[in-house]
Amino acid sequence: MDATLIASQLVNGLQLGLLLFLVAAGLTLTLGVLDYVNLAHGAFYMLGAFFSASLLELTGDWPLSVLLALPLLGLTGLITERLVARPLYGKSHLAQVLASFGLLLVIGALAMLIWGAEGRAIALPHALRGQARLFGVVLPVYRLVIIAAALAVAALLYVLLHHSRFGVRVRAAAANPRVAQALGIDTHRLHAMLFALGAMLAGLAGALIAPITEASLAMGAQVIIIAFVIIVIGGIGSLRGAFVAALLAGLIDTFGRAFLDTLLARVLPLEAAETAAPALSAMSIYILMALVLIARPRGLFPPPARGGAA
Amino acid sequence: MLRKLVAAGALLAASATATLAEEVKIGFVTTLTTPAAVIGRDMLDAAKLAVKHMGGKMAGLDVKLIVEDDGFRPDIGRQKTLKLATRDKVRFLTGYIWSHVLMASRKPALDSGAFLISANAGPAPLAGKLCHENFFSTSWQNDQVPMALGEVLNRKGIKSLYVIVPNYTAGKNIMAGVLRTFRGEVKGRDLTKWGKDAQLDFSAELAKAAASGAEALFAFYPGKAGGAFLKQFNQSGLAKKMKLFTVFTVDAISLPKFSKGGIDVRGHRSTMFWSQDLDNPVNRRFVADFRKEYGRDPSFYAAQAYDAINLIRAGVEGAKGDLTNTAAIRAAMLKADFGSVRGAFRYGRNHFPVQDFYLREVVEGQNGKWTFKVVEKIYDDHQDPYAAQCALK
Amino acid sequence: MRNWRAGLEIALLAALAAMPVIATVTAQPFWLDVATRLAILALAAAGLNIILGLGGLVSFGHAAFYAIGAYAVAIPAHHALYGGADWLASSNGLFHVALAVAAGALFALVTGALALRTKGLHFIMITLAFGQMVYFLLNALEDYGGDDGLPVDQRSELPLMSLDDPLHLFGLSFALLAVVLAFTWRLKNAPFGLALTASARNARRMRAAGLNVFTVRLAAYVLAGAITALAGALAAEHAAFVSPAMAEWTRAGELMFMVILGGAGRVLGPLTGAAAFVVLEELLSSWTVYWHLPFGLLLIAVALMQARRAA
Repeated sequence: MDATLIASQLVNGLQLGLLLFLVAAGLTLTLGVLDYVNLAHGAFYMLGAFFSASLLELTGDWPLSVLLALPLLGLTGLITERLVARPLYGKSHLAQVLASFGLLLVIGALAMLIWGAEGRAIALPHALRGQARLFGVVLPVYRLVIIAAALAVAALLYVLLHHSRFGVRVRAAAANPRVAQALGIDTHRLHAMLFALGAMLAGLAGALIAPITEASLAMGAQVIIIAFVIIVIGGIGSLRGAFVAALLAGLIDTFGRAFLDTLLARVLPLEAAETAAPALSAMSIYILMALVLIARPRGLFPPPARGGAA
Repeated sequence: MLRKLVAAGALLAASATATLAEEVKIGFVTTLTTPAAVIGRDMLDAAKLAVKHMGGKMAGLDVKLIVEDDGFRPDIGRQKTLKLATRDKVRFLTGYIWSHVLMASRKPALDSGAFLISANAGPAPLAGKLCHENFFSTSWQNDQVPMALGEVLNRKGIKSLYVIVPNYTAGKNIMAGVLRTFRGEVKGRDLTKWGKDAQLDFSAELAKAAASGAEALFAFYPGKAGGAFLKQFNQSGLAKKMKLFTVFTVDAISLPKFSKGGIDVRGHRSTMFWSQDLDNPVNRRFVADFRKEYGRDPSFYAAQAYDAINLIRAGVEGAKGDLTNTAAIRAAMLKADFGSVRGAFRYGRNHFPVQDFYLREVVEGQNGKWTFKVVEKIYDDHQDPYAAQCALK
Repeated sequence: MRNWRAGLEIALLAALAAMPVIATVTAQPFWLDVATRLAILALAAAGLNIILGLGGLVSFGHAAFYAIGAYAVAIPAHHALYGGADWLASSNGLFHVALAVAAGALFALVTGALALRTKGLHFIMITLAFGQMVYFLLNALEDYGGDDGLPVDQRSELPLMSLDDPLHLFGLSFALLAVVLAFTWRLKNAPFGLALTASARNARRMRAAGLNVFTVRLAAYVLAGAITALAGALAAEHAAFVSPAMAEWTRAGELMFMVILGGAGRVLGPLTGAAAFVVLEELLSSWTVYWHLPFGLLLIAVALMQARRAA
């Protein structure tokens, strides 16, 4: 294993982890603050990809298509919050799981009606299709763009939640919803905004990954489970936890794919090692979650316990 | 209540006998949901075109196509097959894109006495130990197309190869197929996660391939994964270092999407038993009418489905419309003289085609649209390597 | 309301029992096949009903047990037919069933001991994690078809019956379902069942009363796992095919849907739930390829109604 290979895999893992963070961030906020299990969160990720694909066809400008997709995603978030999520706040997790699973199916079917089953490929501007040399490692420019964009959004999110009125209210509502309400915070509005923010973050991740893979119907169901795993490892409601766990997940997945087969081949026959490696690397994140939950049942970075009605 | 039940039962029984009227019922099991639905749609369109071309009749009997969606799942596929075989009592079952769906459906289909005709999947067991007198294929055995590609690599003087395929049976068969004929050195191979949550980001694997120093890269990514793979291959800049060869990755379904998505695949080469520019009267008519009817080029999936319906017609006509005469139907189908879009071929003892394979290249057509062009014939009358294991005569 | 529901349950049970006659009279053996599938799914849901319905613990990885039971049939049968692994090879159905139940119970014992240390949402997630591990493990079983699954080319041999006969297979499935439902009924009213349901309502009070809640829940989890594994074994006989897809989380979601729709904790609930699921799937998917749309809307409606009723 040479250094450049490890370095390029590090970048790959980082990029994957950061995208996963964007999806997990909204999820951990809705679950931590609103105590709402949203299986349909993955649908926003998928919609982000399709919205930007359609907007690209309309405008012909890729960065613009991603930017314009964001308000659409926020709007979708607001609508689903009002119709499906809000009636279920404070209700059993089971009801929330059922309803949001149903919503996932509904959005999937609607997307199939609108965009067809085949998915959409997204063409990048020529400037982003090339490669860059960084410390002797050749990397696709676009992957660096994703990393930069995701880091910027993560920083913005940090500022928003820790250094703004919105953030103060969110944290107040998370710590004690009743007191927050008593203090005159419009919790309905706050919840809706938070939900929309989560939808936009997930959708941004979908819009960013689509030029690499493509916009497809299956993306939502694929990402949702792994996003849940990430926020559970990180500690539900903790953005910092989601960030660490997402990077961990991205790196584990990439390094598992990159090096596990060669490692296993030292102890197993080649055929068996080749087959076992992808399964084992796919399983590793779940093993990590089980271990974390057994050792620290509330995750790595549990936010302070909720006061009031729990 | 009881009276109602009895009445309902009688009604059902009556409708059951009513449908026994003479018609050729063909069960068509394919994928119509999930992103793979585009393949199913292409096959179904071709099957409908075939029925239309024969005026909706086989040996004077009305043709009835009963379509079922397997949802890309072997258990659902088996269940739909059983439903078609026992409730609809079809004599012919065809479609079947996926090896695992076909393998799961094999037993209920053949146990019912129906003919099972794969219009795509060609898993090794069905060509070898589990071959059956009532099973036919109008496509290929999984190993054949990659074997032809391995031969292409040899002819081009490629000395070293890196292999990336999905981790499932067809992926492994195809890797084995290439390695069966490729005579150079294999620098490395990767199997990636497949299935419902298939891996679509190949960054780790492409980085490994780049580091391996191999001369060429071989990949097999059907459906949407193909676009993702080709795009990332282009973005990684690997094209300057190594040549890319694929099978079942670039087809008539994916070409328009590549062109739209800015994935330049002009000059890309792959092997296949058929091409839309094969010059024979049946194929000319099929391709022209398919374009007229549906406004797009047919894929090889469509070609295989078109052939499957025509194979059934040959069987029904050979038995002079007597659908109970299994032996006559089988004998007529075995002749393989139904007029295939691929031109003449014959059936091997395992009822897989013994046929020619071509190298095709993606070129820009007259109207600027990308299309396929046959470059060279790779194999004459090629038979799959499992036929010897088949116990049929 | 309650009477209406109980009436529906009894009618369904009777209709299911009469299915062989209906299928014969109408000359539609397909109905028997649907009925068998229904009985097996109801049996799987009945297992989940014990832990989810009675115990109030949302296990989101229950499909793993279904798959474990199925592979416990398919693997020995595969070796019996094609050779290899002599210590495991067998075509004896009694051995298969015993293996399925034992494997399901053992897996439940190990994972339950770990998972039951968590609660609420974390319990949902850790059971999901164990389910996913089984899913990926089965994918990696190259010798048994990996991702493609494994056909069961020879069904298990049982004394006095042939599972190749759809009628016998249905009879066996229905009988086992009836036994398990009767057992659930006894269990629900026995001290163990009362302790389990009471723990679901207020675990702290039960602990204060001197009950070992953990042990009660673990026992229920093991029981639930064993029953669903039994259903998985039958599913392998019925489909003559097993695949990792049986362990997918969406399958676990479907089982949950059956339990909830039938009424969590109701003894005959899994039956109505499974019936609703099978009918919906058959009907909706034959009407439209977009059947996820009405199905999803229905799920949302059920959940919203549930929530309103609970409030």
